Amino acid sequence: MKLEDLKKIREKHQKDMILRDGDARVRVVVGMGTSGIAAGARETLRAFLEEIEKRNIADVIVTQAGERGLSSHEPIVTVLEKSKPNIVYGNVTADVARKIVAEHIVNGSPLSDYVLEVSE
Amino acid sequence: MKKRLDVLVCGGAACIASHSQDFKNRLIEVVKDHDLEDEINIIETGCMGPCELGPVMVVYPDGAFYIRLKPEYAQRIVEEHFLKGRPVEEFLWQAPEARKIVEEKRQIPFFEKQHKVVLENCGRIDPENLNEYIGNDGYQALARCLTEMTPDVVIDTVTSSGLRGRGGAGFPTGLKWKLARRSAGDVKYVVCNADEGDPGAFMDRAILEGDPHSVIEGMAISGFAVGASRGFVYVRAEYPLAVRRLRRALEQAREAGLLGESILESDFSFDLEIRIGAGAFVCGEETALMASVEGHRGMPSPKPPYPSEQGLWEKPTVINNVETLANLRHIILKGAEWFAAMGTAKSKGTKVFALSGNVTNTGLVEVPMGITLREIVYDVGGGIPGNKALKAVQTGGPSGGCIPAEHLDTPIDYESLAELGSIMGSGGLIVLDEDNCMVNMAKFFLEFCVEESCGQCSPCRIGLKQMLRVLERITRGEGRLEDLDDLERMAGTIKATSLCGLGQSAPNPVLSTLKYFRDEYEAHIREKRCPALVCTDLITYTILADKCTGCTACARKCPVNAISGEVKKIHVIDQGICIHCGACFEACKFDAIERR
Repeated sequence: MKLEDLKKIREKHQKDMILRDGDARVRVVVGMGTSGIAAGARETLRAFLEEIEKRNIADVIVTQAGERGLSSHEPIVTVLEKSKPNIVYGNVTADVARKIVAEHIVNGSPLSDYVLEVSE
Repeated sequence: MKKRLDVLVCGGAACIASHSQDFKNRLIEVVKDHDLEDEINIIETGCMGPCELGPVMVVYPDGAFYIRLKPEYAQRIVEEHFLKGRPVEEFLWQAPEARKIVEEKRQIPFFEKQHKVVLENCGRIDPENLNEYIGNDGYQALARCLTEMTPDVVIDTVTSSGLRGRGGAGFPTGLKWKLARRSAGDVKYVVCNADEGDPGAFMDRAILEGDPHSVIEGMAISGFAVGASRGFVYVRAEYPLAVRRLRRALEQAREAGLLGESILESDFSFDLEIRIGAGAFVCGEETALMASVEGHRGMPSPKPPYPSEQGLWEKPTVINNVETLANLRHIILKGAEWFAAMGTAKSKGTKVFALSGNVTNTGLVEVPMGITLREIVYDVGGGIPGNKALKAVQTGGPSGGCIPAEHLDTPIDYESLAELGSIMGSGGLIVLDEDNCMVNMAKFFLEFCVEESCGQCSPCRIGLKQMLRVLERITRGEGRLEDLDDLERMAGTIKATSLCGLGQSAPNPVLSTLKYFRDEYEAHIREKRCPALVCTDLITYTILADKCTGCTACARKCPVNAISGEVKKIHVIDQGICIHCGACFEACKFDAIERR
């Protein structure tokens, strides 16, 4: 092994530690209550995970939460970003999830069509 | 796919003993059943510390801390928490008011006062995965030594950090290295002393099980500093899991080229071998350890020559303890000043203690030097169960001594403990409450040393045995007041004339209990009474006539038929026949038996 290789392994695996350190830039919270799951939240969740992996984004964690009481708009996803307002999205299918990753998380512009609520 | 949950199941020896593997296997099955295996990382880690509550598991990112897990809980945890994001509160630590306490692991008082440096990775990474270690800055310190530092600079850094040997004696690590580096000769060795033998101590085991690469990296750094290309890890056979994980880690490091020829393309070559000890306590003494590594009988030899001049196969040798080695990478990466900023004037950094005895949270804790015993026992340890009064804290195992409750606010470092008549030792910390008999405790440790004496020199072999006889006599109620002076006299001679550390320190528990708890010894001798009601020969059981209902429960339980009496009449214990076993006391439902 060369010094360079050690550095590469370190960089690659450092991002795996983000879940344990809890120091993420963005937290994506997918509503995984019964109605969320019925509306396809499992696929939404997987789409987030796949897209984030594909784009090799290190500082995002994806977690789940329960019902928000707005069943007609499930799956519901909240994007929490440090020092920015929290954005709640509704009707987040797997496709929308991929768009959220590309446009909101990477480029910083929320998808206004799907926003249900903006809160501090 | 990116993982969304890191599930860390403790694989420390204590959790394995409480069947954490069964739980883990069941959890893996249930996760598979729910088709979640690509989203969830299930990792078996080293010891997390709160062994009392095992098997334990932490789920990140929320940091939910599950305790006392059973295989049948797996289904609910997966369905509720892993799938729907609702931690199962009744299985969490301190349920039901768990939620806010448990959400962040660091808010649990057990962890709050701790400062994890050496144990940073233990319970946090997968010890069998080299990549996780490297992802946490693993082998970066070695890389820095090899590319940016000279051996002398490494030694200077360790010297100015103030790191002292964590095996017990507290010898400055940098100085030890300097002496070995200065010694003449091309062939030098480094040795890791993992022969952890104090009853109740398991710091080294936890580090080897939970973060074996940190010890390997530390040894490579010390090899580079002193100019050694071979090293040995001397570890006891009673630690099979530690040996297995260390072996696995060595294979990985060799495969990756982090051990072997020209490490990281430098001109430094270094490799390690494991030597398994048969579990003799004396082999933790460095000269005995070296004899054992060489294949001889593990017996100490006189010093000088010191190992730094003539050690293994008469070559200069550096012997460092596991915890000392595990500190090194942090010192190299974060700097000597960072390390020296923790602790007291003469004792820097943190210390890992194995907390046991009569305390609520037993397990492994890492605290900054200079913390008080009170903080360890009451904040980290959660106090004494049943609100009993603390009597003393025993540090340093059979080589140490006890520190009575009135000195609980002393900041802990090597010097302050020595002043109180104890030692830092390797880190065993046993909490004793009002129900512990100090004479009996001193006898226990002395018995241990008598068993473990190698028998080579007479003060230790004969002297300790004589001291034990006197103690046995006292606990049987046959002691004389002169015995106490005799004990002190013998202890002084043994300490002054024994060849090695075992004999020189074995009388310490007797001396320190005599110093602080002489009244307990005197009660055993003058009044033939054990105040803590531990020494069975001195306990008397009598039936209180006004409370006895004549139910015959005690008479039926008595194994030697010492109790006589008819149904519904008052019973009587024949003291001549009674063997003080306490069976009647346990059997009586009317508190009619008095124990004194």
